[in-house]
Amino acid sequence: MRILVLPLFLIMFSLNAWAIGVDKDRLADPAEEARAQQIMKKLRCLVCQNQSIIDSDAGLAGDLRGIVREQVRAGKSEREILAFMTDRYGDWVLLKPPVKPTTAILWFGPLILLGIGGFLVFRFVARRPQRLAPEPLTQEEQDRLKRIMGEKK
Amino acid sequence: MPIKRFLPLFIFAGIFVAFMIGLNLNPREVPSALIDRPAPEFSLPPLEGAGIGLSRADLADGDNIVVVNFFASWCGPCRVEHPALEQLGQLDGVRLHGIAYKDRPSHSLSFLKSLGNPYDKIGTDLKGRTAIDWGVTGTPETFILKDGVIRYQHIGPIHPTEMDARILPVIRQLQQERAS
Repeated sequence: MRILVLPLFLIMFSLNAWAIGVDKDRLADPAEEARAQQIMKKLRCLVCQNQSIIDSDAGLAGDLRGIVREQVRAGKSEREILAFMTDRYGDWVLLKPPVKPTTAILWFGPLILLGIGGFLVFRFVARRPQRLAPEPLTQEEQDRLKRIMGEKK
Repeated sequence: MPIKRFLPLFIFAGIFVAFMIGLNLNPREVPSALIDRPAPEFSLPPLEGAGIGLSRADLADGDNIVVVNFFASWCGPCRVEHPALEQLGQLDGVRLHGIAYKDRPSHSLSFLKSLGNPYDKIGTDLKGRTAIDWGVTGTPETFILKDGVIRYQHIGPIHPTEMDARILPVIRQLQQERAS
């Protein structure tokens, strides 16, 4: 058992080697490359589907990274590059869906559910009988209390 | 009061139905944003020789319905759908063109030699950039066009059942549109 402690300890503290955007054709300018990578993080890999194109090793993701770099190099804005992608693959290519009438349930559904839940909790609390304030003592109880207190004196 | 007692059951039934529908949707089917839009501008070299193999000008083809199929010799499902493509290529009033996606021309050629060439014209998309312009996510993908406008997209191989249930009805409908 003791022999396992050190390996387990090392495994717990190992660091992941993130192989992100490892392309040979990175942009020469670090600022441009950083901007390109920010945009890549927002685009879905259409082959792996739940990865961004920066995380994916699929061929298509590599091609899309190349296009993003090319367009960043050409001085295009993020909005223009994302529009280029949605023109071809629809809103689905964006990992963060835009707020539109068709995505209203997605964006506001949780808020509506929270509202319904909050209303139910509020109604439950409001309807609960108020037992916090104690009822005043009756005459008989007061007399008894006086008697007890008087005896103690 | 009895309705209130069954409320959890109704909620469960609602969620159950929503999940049954949601889980049966195919997440692989990413619809192209290009449906009902003109085909993108492109011009690709042929498999053999120089010049133009296939370009946008070939897609508006008079009275013909144009079918464009993205394929590759390295793609297994493309082999599977090959009989469907041969069937499409033989239909009256249908012109079938192919785009070889990220494939060496010599490999595409031997692929077509061994299975038969169903295409009228072929363009070679070596870098896959034309495919991206079409919103293609992988081979095989098939587009049906009329007057150079993309009207239908089929993702994945065309199985015989899909041929009868989707592809042929779409072609027939587009042909009728033209007649009227």
